[in-house]
Amino acid sequence: MTAIAEAAPGRAGALLAGDDERPHSLGLLVVAGFLWLGLGVVILAWPDAQELERTSLLGSLALGFGMLQLLAWAGGWFSRPVARLGRFAPWLVVLALVMTAWEVATAKLDLLPLPFFPSPQAFLEVYTDDWRRLGDSLLHSVLLLARGFAIGAAVGFVIGVALGWSKRVGYWIHPVMRLVGPLPATAWLPLAFFIFPSSGSASTFLIALATAFPLIVLTWSGVAGVQTAYYDVARTLGANSRFLILKVAIPAALPHVFVGLFMGLGSSFAVLVVAEMLGVKSGLGWYLQWAQGWAAYANMYGALLVMALMCSALITVLFRVRDRLLSWQKGLVQW
Amino acid sequence: MVALAEAVNVGTAPGAAVDIVDIDHGFALHGDYLPVLEDVSFRVEPGEFVALLGPSGCGKSTLLRLIAGLDTPRAGRLIVDGADVTGPDPSRVVVFQDPTLYPWRTVWRNASLGLETRGLLKQQRERVDAALALVGLEKFAKAYPHQLSGGMAQRASLARALVNDPSLLILDEPLGKLDSLTRLAMQGEITRLWQRRGFTVLMVTHDVEEALLLANRVIVFSDRPARVRADLAVDLPYPRHRDHPELLRLRREALSLLGMAADW
Repeated sequence: MTAIAEAAPGRAGALLAGDDERPHSLGLLVVAGFLWLGLGVVILAWPDAQELERTSLLGSLALGFGMLQLLAWAGGWFSRPVARLGRFAPWLVVLALVMTAWEVATAKLDLLPLPFFPSPQAFLEVYTDDWRRLGDSLLHSVLLLARGFAIGAAVGFVIGVALGWSKRVGYWIHPVMRLVGPLPATAWLPLAFFIFPSSGSASTFLIALATAFPLIVLTWSGVAGVQTAYYDVARTLGANSRFLILKVAIPAALPHVFVGLFMGLGSSFAVLVVAEMLGVKSGLGWYLQWAQGWAAYANMYGALLVMALMCSALITVLFRVRDRLLSWQKGLVQW
Repeated sequence: MVALAEAVNVGTAPGAAVDIVDIDHGFALHGDYLPVLEDVSFRVEPGEFVALLGPSGCGKSTLLRLIAGLDTPRAGRLIVDGADVTGPDPSRVVVFQDPTLYPWRTVWRNASLGLETRGLLKQQRERVDAALALVGLEKFAKAYPHQLSGGMAQRASLARALVNDPSLLILDEPLGKLDSLTRLAMQGEITRLWQRRGFTVLMVTHDVEEALLLANRVIVFSDRPARVRADLAVDLPYPRHRDHPELLRLRREALSLLGMAADW
């Protein structure tokens, strides 16, 4: 924690001093490198107290990673882009210490109860031995999510624009949305699995539903909140209503639309996992459930990490798209 | 008088004639009817620069919205170049008090709006460049509105209007929110543009001096509901000097019409 806190003023200082200044943490990279080498030695030289298979692989990985950091430190004196890696040094130090503590407490001294606290080796073994099933689950999850999110986003966007634009559409859709919208999409789960021909299509529907509601509300308020002066300007310049919707209302509402998309994506993750745990026979949610059935806690942690990376990657993609489309906005939050 | 005639004839696009005939207008407010314009009639000759002066909130801007075709009057007729106003038209462009540039478009894309709505942009891109050059923003074509100062933003909105080669330029307190130095510079620029292009200008302002410096005629309105109180001709050559005795006399007259004589 202190290492991170120290890194911040260092980076700010480097920014203020301009590009010529080498990041202060470059020297710390040596420390991190040796700590990782030390972790490798601990893993390889200290005999395991638990029965484990991937000790030598894990040890080699730690040694290799430590070497890489020392190389980066050396390269940092010759290349500025490499020197920028120094900003990761405080994190690398902390991670090396945490990993060492974890390794010693589990594999080496067997202090923590199994199977709830697997060792780093067991964690690694999940990926080396079960990557096929994990990869397959990841693929299914991403496909299911992509399908549901795309449908929900498209439908939600169109309904949101229509609500914001037309009073007549509002008359019919607003009461329905007020009643149905706040209901969590997961509440539909039993009904959806009954109505839809396959659990896949039911889950797609639920994910679409979860995505659509926040997007509808945000798009609607975005379109309804467009300054009338924007329309006046376009109208005096000869714009028809098609132009007003496509070139004025929608671009003006886009910041709101993206807030809705972020919220929709978040709730679609929740629905995805629940749907996969309860009905769909594939995907990361199903993998979690399956691993728990076998008390394979290492597999659960492994799947959780993959799931976190997936969600984070998808959010990152959405941020990139937003940064591109809303580059005109100042003061965007950096992800 | 000679200078004025010259000024009017220099332009290329002929200015529009505007006839405002017995206009009545008002709004429903909390169930009551609030009259805003009452029995307003006057004529604007082609190429004239007419300032509409009146207490703030008296309904001048409402009149401009009617002439622009953004709203329809309750009674009376609005005739521009012999045809009744039925809706907005790019030949009558409004420059609002706020620049209202679209923040998601660059200055160039904002200025090109009027050509884009009419599908002319592909063939006539050079008109956008010309309009930006006219207001001195050619170097900022790729800037976004939030990167502009207040004066530059208002200049960009002027370019957006001028791209359309308007025969009637409607200015709704276009300089109201600018600092005083920028304001002086922009007053000069608007006069020069008007002299060069020859369009008709209708400008709402509540700055007496600005009205007298820029316009051929100053129409003074009463408080709401607005009626025409006086129609002052300003027969002075451009560029005008704010200390000219005739201007000072007209200023006193306009101020007394607005009920401010005692204070000045």
